[in-house]
Amino acid sequence: MEILKLIVLAFITIFAAMAANFGQDAAYTLHALIIMAVTFFLFIRELRQFGDAKPVAETGYRDDVIRAGVIATSFWGVVGMLVGVYIAFQLAFPALNLDYSFTTFGRLRPLHTSAVIFAFGGNALIATSFYIVQRTSAARLWGGNLCWFVFWGYQLFIVMAATGYLLGSTQSKEYAEPEWYSDIWLTIVWLSYLAVFLGTIVKRKEPHIYVANWFFLSFIVTIAMLHVMNNLSLPVSIFGSKSVQLFSGVQDALLQWWYGHNAVGFFLTSGFLGMMYYFVPKQANRPVFSYKLSIIHFWSLTFLYIWAGPHHLLYTALPDWAQTLGMAFSIMLWMPSWGGMINGLMTLNGAWDKLRTDPILKMMVLSLAFYGMSTFEGPVMAIKVVNSLSHYTDWTIGHVHSGALGWNGMITFSALYYLTPRLWGRKELFSLRMVNWHFWLATIGIILYVSSMWVTGIMEGLMWREVDAQGFLVNSFADTVSAKFPMYVVRGLGGLMYLSGAIIMCVNLWLTATGAGIRKPSAAHAVPAE
Amino acid sequence: MRKKIKKSDEDYPTTGHEWDGIREYDKPMPRWWLYTFYLCIIFAFGYMVAYPAIPLLKGATPGLLGFSTRAEVAKHIAEVNAQNAEIEAQLLSTPLEEISADADLVRFATAGGGAVFRTYCAQCHGAGAQGAKGYPNLQDDDWLWGGDLATIETTIQHGIRYEADEDTRFSEMPKFGDFLEKDEIAALAEYVLQVSGQEHDAALATIGQPLFEDNCVACHTEQATGDRELGAPNLADAIWLYGRERETITTTITNSRFGVMPAWQGRITEAQIKQVTFYVHQLGGGE
Repeated sequence: MEILKLIVLAFITIFAAMAANFGQDAAYTLHALIIMAVTFFLFIRELRQFGDAKPVAETGYRDDVIRAGVIATSFWGVVGMLVGVYIAFQLAFPALNLDYSFTTFGRLRPLHTSAVIFAFGGNALIATSFYIVQRTSAARLWGGNLCWFVFWGYQLFIVMAATGYLLGSTQSKEYAEPEWYSDIWLTIVWLSYLAVFLGTIVKRKEPHIYVANWFFLSFIVTIAMLHVMNNLSLPVSIFGSKSVQLFSGVQDALLQWWYGHNAVGFFLTSGFLGMMYYFVPKQANRPVFSYKLSIIHFWSLTFLYIWAGPHHLLYTALPDWAQTLGMAFSIMLWMPSWGGMINGLMTLNGAWDKLRTDPILKMMVLSLAFYGMSTFEGPVMAIKVVNSLSHYTDWTIGHVHSGALGWNGMITFSALYYLTPRLWGRKELFSLRMVNWHFWLATIGIILYVSSMWVTGIMEGLMWREVDAQGFLVNSFADTVSAKFPMYVVRGLGGLMYLSGAIIMCVNLWLTATGAGIRKPSAAHAVPAE
Repeated sequence: MRKKIKKSDEDYPTTGHEWDGIREYDKPMPRWWLYTFYLCIIFAFGYMVAYPAIPLLKGATPGLLGFSTRAEVAKHIAEVNAQNAEIEAQLLSTPLEEISADADLVRFATAGGGAVFRTYCAQCHGAGAQGAKGYPNLQDDDWLWGGDLATIETTIQHGIRYEADEDTRFSEMPKFGDFLEKDEIAALAEYVLQVSGQEHDAALATIGQPLFEDNCVACHTEQATGDRELGAPNLADAIWLYGRERETITTTITNSRFGVMPAWQGRITEAQIKQVTFYVHQLGGGE
């Protein structure tokens, strides 16, 4: 077994070296070098440990990989938000593009979206799902070190995606930009993730599967399906990053938005609902509001979400019937989405007073409020008449961010606050006041962001469609761009506040983990002896 | 009737399951939630009956309202066209020079011409008609072929150096790199710099002057002020289509330039040509 491992690692190292040599573009060559370095390191490590006695398998919950996940989540969160703030200011002040190809908006924008959704959100989901599935199944993670493969494999995917974007390697599909070899790698990592998660559920000691795990499982399975379908492509060469999509035209667009919409649906909704269903009842120390509601809203959400993708393509070349279905399913989706919010908020019945003293619970409530708001806004924007105004405008950007900053961000932050003291064996967080600061910075930041995008989105939608008495357009595109300037500055400031909050959180978590908060008994406090 | 007593949370049983200390109440779903869900479903199905929704082997169910996005757009365009039919007829029958006398026509021509310009012309000439390297600025009063209404109209109708149109405007400067030596071209460039009032090497320009007289005055004239009949640019002013720097001028002399503008007659309507002519003319440089 060890010999086989060595042979495989050596083979990959040599092939990566060859690939780097024959590489046809900068991104491919760099990625081949990265892979070569990683496998070479692993080869040496394996060689040095060759023949060593295997340590006895530990028992109890597997928390080392989750600690790494908490660190990765915080790190990528700050990186992704920093890039987001930077490109927000690029839109207000184009000189910030700096005239280098790799600092232009076009390359940094996918870096931002992938970093916050897949690196920050993805790491948060993997870490929390590993934590939750062990606790609610009363079982250690299945698969030994496979969970570490999932963790490091996912980080490798992120690094390849991010460096690829900067070097201009992209398949030009929103939220699915990485090229073919990164996609194949992610597929392998993701199926391993599914195996670890499912394996743990199978060997659970609880008679029933907890609702959070239903959501995690639907998220993992659906993302695997979406990822494979949307990335079907043919590489131009095995030594180059460029590939050609299998589908084209409106078929490609439909597939892309089936993927794009359900990435929101299953990654950012189902997955994070899984988080919510564990951390909210734990933090509030109350039973979940209604079991029945959780069943009905889980299945209706899972069934309905997958059909709503065409609402991204209203008033396009997509046939009318598909547009109708996209809108109809989006409207039916409203209540199933709200089921999660109700179950979360009503769980606090009898514990509302805790909001006064517990800023973490306050964050959870805020995230549920934003979840409810954006899952109401979504169906509204999917109504054709509304969409004819909102589509292609900044309103969409605002909508996405009220969900991403409000719901995904805040529930993740509160999960990190919950996890850190427990994972590092501390009694409590370093500072609750800092959590409070984080809460208010983030809240005001989101409000600035979302309201400025509402204003500029609706304004630009109205300006685009404004016609004079003879039916001629009144404004040129550039007119709308210059009219949006003040709102772009406000949005950038909102993002900056949100980022500051996240940095405060990182400091707080760091001090908690390193134990800076533990007060040592000092002479000054000693009670004088009588 | 039995009076319904609202139960408090503690009265409800839990499901009896427990995971890591989390229990679940066995409560009914909130009624308002359930009924709103039903209403949404009813609305969605009603909507699917009213609009095209179910794909069949050929096409899809048309829906009771007979809606189609394309028909909607066509209807909307037809409405606007019908509304503007009268003023469009008036525009067609009015000579270009007389449009400015009628306020309604001015509005129609300017707005319509602006829309045409932003659709077909802005790609090269810029959204504000400010031009770009190789594409003339249409806001100033420097014209290659002439800036009165009739001349602009002809340019738009037939294009420039556009082979598919027999009446296209045509002129071609020779590639002097083919029959002048490099140092001759350098001297010529110095002379051009001199006539355009830029910094230059006086000694070289003196050598360049006879070369200019032999090779260039036929089109650019002795004063280097150009000739609109031939589309030959004025070299004595500060406005340059490709650039005024020494290197650019040298490149132009050596390789010549051959900018092409397509002919628009037949691609856009006669009324649109008239509108965009008027629009360009009123931008500031019209003669």
